Amino acid sequence: MQDSVFKQIKSIQFGVLSPKEIKKVAAAKVVTPELYDKEGYPVDGGLMDIRLGVIDPGLRCKTCGYKLKECPGHFGYIELARPIIHIHFVAMVLNILRCSCRECGRILLSQDKIDLYKEQLDALEEENGIEARRDYIKSILSSLKTTMKCPHCTARQQKIALEKPTTYMENEKRISPIEIRTRLEKINDDDCIVFGINPKVMRPEWIVLTLLSIPPVTMRPSITLESGERSEDDLTHKLGDIVRINQRLFENINAGAPEIIIEDLWDLLQYHVTTFFDNAVAQLPPARHRSGQPLKTISERIKSKEGRIRHNLAGKRTNFSARTVISPDPMIELNEVGVPKEIAMKLTVPERVTEWNMEYLKKFVEKGAKEYPGANYIIRPDGKKKKITEETQEQLLEEVQPGYLVERHLLDGDVALFNRQPSLHRMSMMCHKVRVLPGRTFRISPAVCHPYNADFDGDEMNLHIPQTEEARSEAEILMQVQTQLISPRYGLSVMGCMQDSIGGLYILTKEIESLTKGEAIDLLYGAEITDTSRVPDKKVLTGKDVFSAILPADFNYEGSAKSGAEEDHVIIKNGILEQGVIDSANMGSGKGFLLRNIRKKYGADYTLGFLGNSLRLGIQVLLKKGFSAKSADEDMPKEANDQIKKIIDESYVKADELIAVFRENKLETFPGKTQAETMELKMLELLNKARNETGKIVSQYANKKTATMKMVLSGARGNLINLAQMAACVGQQALRGSRINKGYKDRTLSCFDKDDIRPDARGFIANSFKSGMKPHELFFMSMTGRDSLMDTALRTPKSGYLYRRLANALQDVKVEYDGTVREASGKIIQFEYGEDGIDVSRSEGGRIDVKRIVNKVIGE
Amino acid sequence: MEELFKEFASKFPAYLVEEVKENLPPKVTKAQVKKILETVEENYIYAKVDAGESVGLVAAESIGEPGTQMTLNTFHFAGVAEMNVTVGLPRIIEILDARLTIKTPMMEVYLVPPYNKGKDIRSIAMKIKETKLFELASEFQIDIVESQIRVVLNMKKLEEIGLTSKDVSKVIAKGAKTSSVKNDGDDIIVKLNSKDEGLNEVYKLKEKIRVMYISGVKGVSQVLPVKRGEEFLIVTAGTNLKEMLNLDYVDPTRTTSNDIREMGKLLGVEAARSTVINEVFKVIENQGLNVDVRHIMLVADTMCNGGSVKGITRYGIVSEKSSVLARASFETPIKHIINAAVIGEEDLLNSVVENVMINQPVPTGTGLAKLKTKVID
Repeated sequence: MQDSVFKQIKSIQFGVLSPKEIKKVAAAKVVTPELYDKEGYPVDGGLMDIRLGVIDPGLRCKTCGYKLKECPGHFGYIELARPIIHIHFVAMVLNILRCSCRECGRILLSQDKIDLYKEQLDALEEENGIEARRDYIKSILSSLKTTMKCPHCTARQQKIALEKPTTYMENEKRISPIEIRTRLEKINDDDCIVFGINPKVMRPEWIVLTLLSIPPVTMRPSITLESGERSEDDLTHKLGDIVRINQRLFENINAGAPEIIIEDLWDLLQYHVTTFFDNAVAQLPPARHRSGQPLKTISERIKSKEGRIRHNLAGKRTNFSARTVISPDPMIELNEVGVPKEIAMKLTVPERVTEWNMEYLKKFVEKGAKEYPGANYIIRPDGKKKKITEETQEQLLEEVQPGYLVERHLLDGDVALFNRQPSLHRMSMMCHKVRVLPGRTFRISPAVCHPYNADFDGDEMNLHIPQTEEARSEAEILMQVQTQLISPRYGLSVMGCMQDSIGGLYILTKEIESLTKGEAIDLLYGAEITDTSRVPDKKVLTGKDVFSAILPADFNYEGSAKSGAEEDHVIIKNGILEQGVIDSANMGSGKGFLLRNIRKKYGADYTLGFLGNSLRLGIQVLLKKGFSAKSADEDMPKEANDQIKKIIDESYVKADELIAVFRENKLETFPGKTQAETMELKMLELLNKARNETGKIVSQYANKKTATMKMVLSGARGNLINLAQMAACVGQQALRGSRINKGYKDRTLSCFDKDDIRPDARGFIANSFKSGMKPHELFFMSMTGRDSLMDTALRTPKSGYLYRRLANALQDVKVEYDGTVREASGKIIQFEYGEDGIDVSRSEGGRIDVKRIVNKVIGE
Repeated sequence: MEELFKEFASKFPAYLVEEVKENLPPKVTKAQVKKILETVEENYIYAKVDAGESVGLVAAESIGEPGTQMTLNTFHFAGVAEMNVTVGLPRIIEILDARLTIKTPMMEVYLVPPYNKGKDIRSIAMKIKETKLFELASEFQIDIVESQIRVVLNMKKLEEIGLTSKDVSKVIAKGAKTSSVKNDGDDIIVKLNSKDEGLNEVYKLKEKIRVMYISGVKGVSQVLPVKRGEEFLIVTAGTNLKEMLNLDYVDPTRTTSNDIREMGKLLGVEAARSTVINEVFKVIENQGLNVDVRHIMLVADTMCNGGSVKGITRYGIVSEKSSVLARASFETPIKHIINAAVIGEEDLLNSVVENVMINQPVPTGTGLAKLKTKVID
């Protein structure tokens, strides 16, 4: 349509403004520190001069004639009474002064050497990039510092020192910026190159400022407080100081004031200009507000996470987005997201009116903004946006015609991007289809929690609505949930059944032996599976038959279950589960071998549907059958308890023996370890062995029929160690890889003797969670608990920084059309990605399963 | 059959051909083999990376994301009585920073036959270990009257390393030039040359010879013989690969250090690259996490791209980026902008962040393809 061609930026060139250019780009010369006159109107020649742009509504810019928000702002300038050194170039000035002749201004190198170095520099840049050139220049210049005689005019050189931040001394005598400027002027263009200055963009003397460019008003807007008082920006304050001191300096010079006064003012001006550029110079006290808070000047505006570059340029904010709490809904598909109606009426999708969809779109306009599904705005072809309100509704309805855009409310099936922070991998932002639902939370299928790393304890997530056709199709093709099934990190599925559904499927396929057909169909319908054609026509059905009903008819699969037992081995022939139980090894996320095979054969879209079906089926089973874990699940028979007690008692005896040997210094040490260290290691080993043995007894005696054990066995939640800790023995608490030895002098707690190194006194918990811990045991447990809490808290920022560095270093490494991996400038990093060119997210665990292919072909 | 393999060898990586060969059942027809190879090719082509794929960012994500799950506990006893090893996140950071000195330098010393089957393994280990005099001596006696020091040696320990007291006294003589050393039975007597030295000097001398290096490889503070599979090898704490490779019972082709810089300096960048890959992989595996090697390879390749090892820091590879804005958006923006201004650097906007900054399509992925159309004005 209209205005579809934009200008493209090909490159950005950096440079330094010359005094001439400063004057040229300036719209006004600032001469007075006053900002406003009595009426509150900006003063001509002041810092808020309306030639520098406008920030007040109603005023027009004198330079471009535009109003507020239209005028981009214009630079101004100040003529400095005396030259001032730019703080960010101080080191460079020092280098130049030291390495150039004070008489003739040439670099302290013979002509041959200058030519040689120039050649070398160019060659170096060609080969190793600009950074290598910089390093070489640095080394050349530092070798010149000690040259005391000019090779050109044989003049003797003086020692030059920098008295930070901005004073230069030659033989204990100060060199004034005027003198510095004249010296810099003498440097010829050829020598500049060896100083690392490109004479085409910069002359050394420009470092010493004679004119100061004033940023436009729009860059430092003032805010009007509630009381009607104006509060100026930090930069304006700083500029005000500069202008004021500059003015005074001028007056004093003209009045012929004594040198000492002029120098003082000059130094003050230098201070103000320095803090204007950078308010965090090490040797200077930062300029402060009256409240004592340091001013944010130019450098602070650019720097750091909250600075211009990282906050505003590299990070963008967006419209058409929403954020709210998430909650689970297994009944919607995995690639859907439940959007509250309230949000669906705020977020809109622009649709272009054509003669074919005009009637359809007019319906939305007719409903208006207050009724769902309506529309909020229409946009005329000339770009004018009109809000649909009760008053304008009828008139706008008339107005709509082909070429207009209607911003209609979200509808089911619209494309949305869904994201949860921290966005650590690409599955943290996926494309879902909108499903408008009542309520006030986003609804997602529990199966997609894993890639987002979400749970429902109050997590919030973000939703974005793509606004252009290109964005929508890209999102759908590249980012939809089913395209992200396989993780690019390890090439296995990241989505799968979780918790309830795993448990449900396990019960369904392992325990449910007799169902009537009615009950079976009831189960399937409850899971929203309406295709019951594959339910066998038998009187008595088993749970396996029900599960088979959701499998594709020509599916063959064989795989081992989590338990690894023979009778649990899964065999699926022609879409019928003939043997085995379905558990986390086959349906869980991360593993999910059954899911992987289905994906391979029937594609991602089918897998997604299948996953949704089995998820709901599993949950439905639990709903119908009931499932509750109880505390008595952890009760052990007396026999088991006796054995556990025996093991622990025995290990205590062994520990005492070990200690006795150690006390006699007769322990055979490990190489490179002392007696005490060896004792500690042996003790740890001994106690861990005891814990593991109690665990074995628990798993041996635990009633497999209890809900708790079912959860463990199916892989739905928990593991045997958890159970053993509840039923038998919590075990040794380790702090920094050793037994607990902190606390008081020579003992851990005041209830123990000094130098008591028996298990109990060093953090061994012989009780179970169920039998309850003794006070000192609880104390030890809290110690390790606090330690791991600290660990998490300290780890997050560390790994975050590592991640940022990695991402920054590798972000522009990509595969080129020729298959090589290159970075932005075209440097080759790998000739073939990963040495074989295989994309991990399309592989099976990082490889191509040759064995399966062979078996498949041979089997045919 | 062989021709078939040869024909397909150019179509996909050689290791896949090998895998096909390994997995073929004893009885197959040529047609079946052809079909198998064709299917493998088909699978391979499906699995190939697309042009424009942001493999770098994917690699960064794949290493950064599990980083949040790693432990911060620096030390870990790998096995029953082994030595301290830096593991988890701190180790990953250390490797990717390409630190000059690492926290726990270690070597894995492989031995040549017959030693790798366990022959003299303990004594070899003891010979490798850096031994100082106080470890061999059971006592240092200071004779005030004669102002001399009598070193009583622990002969059992001496025997273990295979030294005699003569050997020890020679080493001491070489180190302590200002004194005379002689043997008195199994003991060694060290006497200051100049006559009237105070007790203070004698004491100083004692302290000096106490920590004197006697034998072994310098820098190796701990040794541990380990059996791995069928083979015995020695794990050491502290590295000195250069000297280690010169020992004749050491297999120089397999002995490695975990210090990337050391490996790079001694054996070249490729060795450094392999070390980065192996070390990162080891840590991730040890933490029970799963990351494909390809991602680690890419990181290692980026680090070693310039011919020397560079860390992923603002002084390392980030400083080598061609784009000013990309460098500025990482760390120390002011420095980068000033340096760029001085030489009039031009940013050609061919990587990611710069284009994000100016709201233009990013040249990776779908942004890589460019469409040219005539504009009618």
